[in-house]
Amino acid sequence: MMQVTSISEGIVLDHITSGNGLKIFSKLNLAALDHPVVLLMNVPSRLLGRKDIIKIQNIKDIDLAMIGLVDSSTTVNVISGGKIISKHKVGIPEEVRGLFKCSNPRCVTNSDTYAEPIFHLVDAKSREYACEYCEETTKYRL
Amino acid sequence: MSIYGKSLISPDDFTVEELQTVVNTAREMMDTGMTAYQDLCRGKILATLFYEPSTRTKLSFESAMLRMGGSILGFGDANTSSVAKGESIADTVRVISSYADIAVMRHHKEGAPKLAAQYATIPFINGGDGGHQHPTQTLTDLLTVAKYKGEFKDQVVAFCGDLKFGRTVHSLIRTLARLQTKKIILVSPEELTLPQNLYRELLERGIKMEVVTCLEGIISEVDVLYMTRIQRERFFNEADYQRLKDTYILDVHKLERAKSDMIIMHPLPRVNEIAYEIDNDPRAIYFKQAECGVYARMALMALQLGVM
Ligand SMILES: [Zn+2]
Repeated sequence: MMQVTSISEGIVLDHITSGNGLKIFSKLNLAALDHPVVLLMNVPSRLLGRKDIIKIQNIKDIDLAMIGLVDSSTTVNVISGGKIISKHKVGIPEEVRGLFKCSNPRCVTNSDTYAEPIFHLVDAKSREYACEYCEETTKYRL
Repeated sequence: MSIYGKSLISPDDFTVEELQTVVNTAREMMDTGMTAYQDLCRGKILATLFYEPSTRTKLSFESAMLRMGGSILGFGDANTSSVAKGESIADTVRVISSYADIAVMRHHKEGAPKLAAQYATIPFINGGDGGHQHPTQTLTDLLTVAKYKGEFKDQVVAFCGDLKFGRTVHSLIRTLARLQTKKIILVSPEELTLPQNLYRELLERGIKMEVVTCLEGIISEVDVLYMTRIQRERFFNEADYQRLKDTYILDVHKLERAKSDMIIMHPLPRVNEIAYEIDNDPRAIYFKQAECGVYARMALMALQLGVM
């Protein structure tokens, strides 16, 4: 396997379904970070056949909800002092704030600047979320 | 009771006990008579924020507050009022909170009253947000059933017409289920049945239910018949509309087998769901519902203001 510098402080997003790495990279706007970021694509994986990996140097606080929306099978490894100090699957977020818009054109969140769209998961399989304000369900799509 | 200081945006905001308290308080007020409460809200101000005109609801709220000796201020149409275009609801509401003791908002945007309540420091009431929620209509309907029929657990309630799109009807059905209504019968064309997720929720509550497409077969067991509006635009073509319209219009003939003490309800205004010939039938109480509406709003506001 190709060697890429490992990080001593930061986050490694592992087990990203091949092809989703770039989506997470752009959704989280990682290119704008002031720290080194590595996106590895099509890495051979025993588990998935092929996978993507993202390594982010120095950052430990990241929007897990957005990662969960794009690819819930992603594993988040937090690295400190060169060691993995925590490791967990992101899963599908129960609550999502401000990451997408309500599909209901009559919803107040689509017309009032104060209203941050807040959604609650109603069906994990279909990624259906109910709006906190109008209760309409919106399917999250990339 | 914990209604003091509380906002009402959806009927689900109130517990079963709180809903019962409002209904019981309103019934007590009805039995005692208006005049006994003429000083109850002396010195209190109700703000009526009607971003969308609704004369019926606005007058009902104003009447309720004036009957209790309180005062009102507000606007009835955002276009002619000084509510600045583009001003956030949050800003308006923060200001209004210092002008009044309680507020009711009607808004064409769904969820607007919920947003408002998050920024208000006074109790807030949803006076209808688009087709979304209209909790004081629900309270009015509950009071009407309690007043004219008694306990919810003894009632077979049938809903007839468009059960798919009417979300205020969905709220009422859900609330009746929470109040342990004996049985709910859903009468609608196949195109306009209750949404599946609500149906499943009702089943999970263990409520007895029956789904039919025709009123005639079940009308003899019904205690409360709730007619809903069938809107022409819900149908794909005129032929469908004409076919369904006749099945879901209540007339003297359909009432032949109904109980003599059944009550007929309708949220008003009606389109043509109920033939005018029914208006003189003692079972037709839809005009008395409007009277119940004032008492329901009096009781609600008195409890929210902590004067009851
Ligand atoms: Zn919404």
